[in-house]
Amino acid sequence: MTDHDRTDTLIPDEGLAPASTALPTTDVMEELATPPRSQWRDVWDQFKTHKGAMLGAILFIFIVAGVYLGPFIWGIDPTQIDIRSRNQGPSWAHPFGTDQLGRDILARMMSGGQTSVSVGITAMLLALFLGSFIGVLAGFFRRLDGPLMRLTDLFLALPLLPLLLVMMLLFREPLSAAFGLERGIFILIVCAIGITSWMPTARIVRGDVLAIKEREFVLAARSIGTSNSQIITRHILPNVLSPIMVSATLGIATAIITESALSFLGLGFPPDFPTWGRLLFDGVDYLQQYPERVFWPGLAISLTVLSVNYLGDGLRDALDPRIRGR
Amino acid sequence: MLNFTIRRLVLAVPTLLFISLVIFLLLELAPGDPMAQVPLTVPPEVKEKMREALGLGQPMHIRFWKWIVQFFWIEPQVLIDHMFGTTFSEGDLRVISWQTRSPVMDIVVQRIPQTLWVVGTAYVVAILIALPIGIYSAYRQYSWFDQMGTFVSMVGFSVPPFFSGVLVIVIFSVQLGWFPSIYDTTLVVNSWDSFMLQLKQMIMPVMVLALQITAQLSRFMRASMLDNLNQDYVRTARAKGLSEYTVVMVHVLRNSMIPVVTVIALGIPAIFGGAIITEQVFKVNGIGQLLIGAIQANDLPMVQTLTFIFAVLIVLFNLIADVLYGILDPRIRYD
Repeated sequence: MTDHDRTDTLIPDEGLAPASTALPTTDVMEELATPPRSQWRDVWDQFKTHKGAMLGAILFIFIVAGVYLGPFIWGIDPTQIDIRSRNQGPSWAHPFGTDQLGRDILARMMSGGQTSVSVGITAMLLALFLGSFIGVLAGFFRRLDGPLMRLTDLFLALPLLPLLLVMMLLFREPLSAAFGLERGIFILIVCAIGITSWMPTARIVRGDVLAIKEREFVLAARSIGTSNSQIITRHILPNVLSPIMVSATLGIATAIITESALSFLGLGFPPDFPTWGRLLFDGVDYLQQYPERVFWPGLAISLTVLSVNYLGDGLRDALDPRIRGR
Repeated sequence: MLNFTIRRLVLAVPTLLFISLVIFLLLELAPGDPMAQVPLTVPPEVKEKMREALGLGQPMHIRFWKWIVQFFWIEPQVLIDHMFGTTFSEGDLRVISWQTRSPVMDIVVQRIPQTLWVVGTAYVVAILIALPIGIYSAYRQYSWFDQMGTFVSMVGFSVPPFFSGVLVIVIFSVQLGWFPSIYDTTLVVNSWDSFMLQLKQMIMPVMVLALQITAQLSRFMRASMLDNLNQDYVRTARAKGLSEYTVVMVHVLRNSMIPVVTVIALGIPAIFGGAIITEQVFKVNGIGQLLIGAIQANDLPMVQTLTFIFAVLIVLFNLIADVLYGILDPRIRYD
């Protein structure tokens, strides 16, 4: 680590280095030979030292890959009903066994995972977009600050889970009529989760924008006549990227848990369209006879969320310049 | 301080009004007809009468106003009547559930003790576990105990209650047969045996709820202790020759508790929301289960009232947390 730090401090002198070669020790020469390091390289180096975060990242990539690429290897259709081989235990033909209609649980886990992970990522993106948008507006334009932050406070005071349940109840039928059953519910869940989880991001982004707005480089940009939108996109947004990235990882975790909770309460996706939460919900009926049916989806949800949380933890440390390099 | 409290109380009123409006509009503008379940053979004029009977005939703003009056004016009167035997509310219309045709608040009052009992115990248990863990992890930062604590709280964050709940049912009730998987609210505690039964059936829901709260609180306690442990006043206390116990448990702990106390207050409404799932898993017939049942039965007045009660809890405890912060920390007095 100390090696990199010395390189960093030498970078500004690089242009002067050839002139001041009065006593070039070999050590300094070697360091000058190494190319300047980018910020992201430093972030990556710090990230690598956080073992939990590395494990989390590997596990998350593994889960996402398994869920999306798995069906190409494991070719059984998740909806294929084979009533003769129902309620089977684990075997080579069905590693996780089969359910009460003889559907392969491994295939259902994969297709359920696709839905759960894509709901998580899409809802996170929506929440992130809303949160950053409102946060930047509130932080940058003083006139909007008061009203937008009051709005954020009001949203934070809403009882989220009950409201989500109510939204699912009320909008489920019209939306599935308009966009088709699966896509309608997908849109509904993503929007519902996105609209109810942007507030923390907005608060964090606003705080950072307020601080960055007063810095000299923003003043410099303004003095050469840069427009507000240019200042925001080219000078402010890149500098608030780190809190946004951290809340992105945490957002995936909460979105996956919320979706599973809705499915578990029977207000999520329809039964023939599996998600991890729905599989868990269906498994509860057979809890006494086949506890493994509850175990696998629950484990998948928990592992995904755990890996994402560790990833976010490591990312937070890696992106914080005060911790980095220590 | 008093000024601040009053100002916050006044601000809470528009917040609550806004939230009640959001909930009302959400239910109002949503497509879907409460008469959809009525058979097609019922003639339209009868349907119109049924609508009127449910109070759906009038325009939106009048119904919103009526609901506000019923909730904020008539229901408190009913409460006063109930407590002092007066007759303020006689003859007034109350919010009526479409499921049972009885006043919503009566049902809510029946259900609240079960929720409070389970949630309250879980919260107390969680605080009692979380605080020592947080203190010790901070005092021995990066020790194996601290690493374990970090891992366990990460797991506590990540395992959703509907999985941990089902898991403990499988282990302790299906495999080992120690505890009942269903919470029996009709149990009357009047002897040692029934007390043991009550204890047994409470262990699992309390455990599941407490795991989550412990995870959050112990992390928060640890961070807060770490902030204070390196402060100058701690060095002064040590230099004076105070015992290590006094330094940590009196000087550091008192200052670290300030943010933790507010977090404890802020967490209470969230716990009521989270208890919805736990109540569903263990079949506790508290207000969470009442809400789910009302949603499935399309009982809009009940849903509206319950959601609003959750909102009132959030606003109330936010206020309490703010005021507590000002009282505990003299540096923050807001005036």
